[in-house]
This record gives sequence, C-alpha cells and structure tokens, in this order.
Amino acid sequence: MRFMMLMIPGGYGSAAPDNMPSAEAVKAMMKYNEELKKAGVLLALEGLHPPSSGARVSFKGGKPTITDGPFPEVKEVLGGYWIIDVRSRDEAIEWARRCPASNDDVIEIRRVHEMSEFPEDLQKAAKDFSELKG
Amino acid sequence: MTATRAIEAVWRIEQPKLVARLVRYLHDVGLAEETAQDAFLLALERWPQDGVPGNPAAWLTQVAKNRALDRLRHTALIDGKHRELAFDLAELERETPDLEAALDEDIDDDLLRLIFTACHPVLPAEQRAALTLRLLGGLSTPEIARAFLVSEATVAQRIVRAKRALRDATIPFETPRGEERRDRIAAVLEVVYLIFNEGYVATAGPDWLRADLCGEALRLGRSLAALMPDEPEAQGLVALMELHALRFAARTGSAGDPILLLDQNRSRWNWSLIQRGLDGLNRALALTPTPGPYLLQAMIAASHARATTAADTDWIAIAAYYQALALVAPSPIVEINRAVAVGMAFGPAQGLAIANALRDEPRLKESHLLPTVRGDLLEKLGQVAEARAEFHHAAELTSNDRERGLLLARANCRPV
Repeated sequence: MRFMMLMIPGGYGSAAPDNMPSAEAVKAMMKYNEELKKAGVLLALEGLHPPSSGARVSFKGGKPTITDGPFPEVKEVLGGYWIIDVRSRDEAIEWARRCPASNDDVIEIRRVHEMSEFPEDLQKAAKDFSELKG
Repeated sequence: MTATRAIEAVWRIEQPKLVARLVRYLHDVGLAEETAQDAFLLALERWPQDGVPGNPAAWLTQVAKNRALDRLRHTALIDGKHRELAFDLAELERETPDLEAALDEDIDDDLLRLIFTACHPVLPAEQRAALTLRLLGGLSTPEIARAFLVSEATVAQRIVRAKRALRDATIPFETPRGEERRDRIAAVLEVVYLIFNEGYVATAGPDWLRADLCGEALRLGRSLAALMPDEPEAQGLVALMELHALRFAARTGSAGDPILLLDQNRSRWNWSLIQRGLDGLNRALALTPTPGPYLLQAMIAASHARATTAADTDWIAIAAYYQALALVAPSPIVEINRAVAVGMAFGPAQGLAIANALRDEPRLKESHLLPTVRGDLLEKLGQVAEARAEFHHAAELTSNDRERGLLLARANCRPV
C-alpha cells in the first residue's frame, strides 16, 4: 500500500523565499532518502519552496480569490513529501520515525487512494482520466 | 499502534540488513537467520517495557552479535570448524570499537551478497523464492505458505533444504564477478519475477497476501535496482513489473471473470505506474545498446501501455521486440506470442505460418495455447471449420474452467 509522508517543517510558514537548508541537513536527508530507495520502498519525493513565494487560491462563496504568500494565519505548511510503498501503516510510521527531522518538524502519514478502492460509479466518473495521459 | 506491531515494523525493515551483516561473520545463512531471530525475540520481550531504542538497528546488531558469539563458543566445544569463526568475531569486535559505523558502510555489499547467496543457482527456483521472501522480504513461513498456496510444512522444508544445500555446497558469501556474474544476476532476477508472477496470476480474492506478492516482488526489484544501478536487466525487470502491475485492477470483471488485455477498460489502468514504468524503461535502455530479455519484455509491455485504446497498439514494434526476444531468450512461448503479434501487424496468414511451425514442438503438446492461437488466426482467415476444431482441442487441454467456457463458446460459434 502507498503512503504519503507529508513533511511539515517547524517555522516554514515564515521562512524567507530564498530559504535553504544547511549542508549538514541536506546530507542527513540524502542518506535517509538513499535508505528508502535501497529498501525498495521509495516511489517519489519532492521538496517545496516556502509559502512566502507561493500563493493561495481560495474559493469562499464559490469564487476564486488569490492571496500571495506568506500566510501568517496558517500554522502548519508543507515543506515536501515522500510517497512510499510499504506493507502496512506501521511500516510507514517506522520509516517516518527514522527521518532526520529538525526540532518542531512534523511528519503526517496518509494513505494514498488506489483507483481500485473506488466504487464502480466513481471509477466510471474518472474514466476520462485516461485522456490526461501524457 | 501497539508495541508489538511497532516492533514487527522495525523487524521487517531491519531483518535483511541484520542477516546480511551476520552472514559475513558467521559464513552460514541458517545460523545467521537463527541468531537474528534470537535478537528479534529479545526485542519483543524488552521493547514493550523499555520502549523502542533510538537506534533499533544498532540494538539488534549488538544483541545478535552477542548471541552469535555465544552460539559459536558453544558449537566450538563440539565442532572445531566453528572455533576459528568465534575467534574472528571476538577479535573483530576488539579491533573495531565503532563496529556499527564500520558495518553501516558495507551494508550494501552485504545485502547484495545475501541476495546472490539466497538465489544461488545450486538451489531449485522454488527454494530460492522461499528463502528470498524469508530473508529479504521478512515474511514468515505461514505467510509464504499462504502466498504460494502450499502447506507450511512444505515451505519450512524448502527453507531448511535451501540452507542445508548452501552449507553443504560451501557457497562462498560473495558478489559474483566476471563471466559468472551474468548468469548469477539472471538467477536472482528469475526469482523476483517468479514471485511477481505468482502474485499476478492470483485473481482478486479475500486473501490479499497472494496478490501482495506482486508488491513484495516490486520492492525486491526496486531494492536490487538501487543496489545495482548500472545493471540494465535489473532496471528492466522493475519497469516490466510496473508495466504489468498497472493492469491489476482492469484484469478482472465485477464477477471475478478474467478480462484479456485487448478487452480491458484502459481507464482502470494505473497511470502513475505507467509513467514510472516508462521512465524506468528509458533509464534502463540508456545503459545498454543490447537489451536483454527483461528489457525486451518491458519494451513490449510499454508498447501496450502507450496505446490509449487496443486499436492504437503498435503491433509492428511489438512483433519486432518478440523477434529480438526469440534471439536472446528463445522459447516456444515467445514464438506463440510472436505469432500473435505478427498476425496483428502483418495479417493472420503471416502469424499462422509461425504458429504452424510450432505444431511438432513437444513442450507445447499439453498446452492449450497453440490451438487457441491457431484457432484465432484460422477464424480470421475465414477457415471456420478448422478454427472450431482448434478451439475444441484447446478446451480439452485447459485446466481453467472459465477459459474452457470461453473456448467452447468460440468452438460453437456462440458469442462470448
């Protein structure tokens, strides 16, 4: 089963647009990523620029409204993610536990939906999805 | 999350590395596994009270090493051969205080050596598969038994025999080099693909373990590909498995009936796997000018995956890949597939010529495949009576009830 590990770095909400992690932190994280890869569980990973260079499109009242970052009212923001393929939720948790994260970081673990879990009618609704193939 | 489940999760991740490290010093897969098991049992006893240690791998290694020394000292009294090993291990510990760091550095090599040892060609394929799932997948004997639809006693016997054979043949714990390497890699990849296929043929059922064999094989394959990044066939096998696994949900109808590739609803294919499979294939192709059997099969699977509808399939390319496959890994099954592909690409008469050449092939005598394919090609050529006879013959040969039903329907010209 696939899980997404969502990295929520402490204080990332107020990080400057040109924020960069230390060389030491990068090295530790690369080692961790290598371990995931060599265990055969890593499917994908990405790191995100801080929200200060991002934007939010909200749909209050059904109308899109655009706000530029940073977003002081938002407490937890994403810093990146991994998608892993493991046997159980427990294993996903164990992998998250091993992450060389910093003080105040949080990793949230969420199972990825598989198309086969959807009931037939939802699968039909998603049928046009095949047209999206690049 | 209960403590036991947390420990099991640690175990699944750590066991292969732990066994791999231990084999290096104990020179015996069986002994290494038993010693690792001792450490796991102690963890199950201690961790629920003391909590999971900060570095579980180091804890398990330390405990296992102590147990290994105990065992070796004990057997050294009985058996002179082990005395030297016990000495080696104790000596090493004295010399290298930071054993953890030293072991960590070589863990990739240790893991590869363990894979090559568990998949040594001296063992029959089914023993290799059981041992690999046990040592590298961390599956228990009952889990392997359920996955392979055999009794626990059978699996236990396969594993015991495999360990004994490795010990008796005094297989060196090493990564093969030179001329031997290609065959040894093929023996490893064969086991991974066998595990995958065992899961792939399992129809969707209540027993997820069988289907999850595909997941085990994919993880093993990805792990191998990461440990041997320059090995095109290892990369090719992962791409092949991903390009097959993408059809998983589309292979069966709501009643569990099988749906053939060309009749599948392609919107039920897993598009993220297609992208991964195609990317992996391209990376693998960049590694070699002469694709081997797994890469060629991945190229065939990729041609199917790229076609948005069955009618879009590039049969000319597929026929060419089968021709290449027939050169690097000739087999009657490859020829049957080539007959189908050539029939689709250049017309049924051309396909039939290839199929007809197989009529005296002894390895196909008991199989329904050849009459099924000949029936299909003859039907397309309008030779209805001959086609019906072939479908009848095929129906007699198949052991699968659903397939027999389909074949008899075609034999009687009923819509299926």
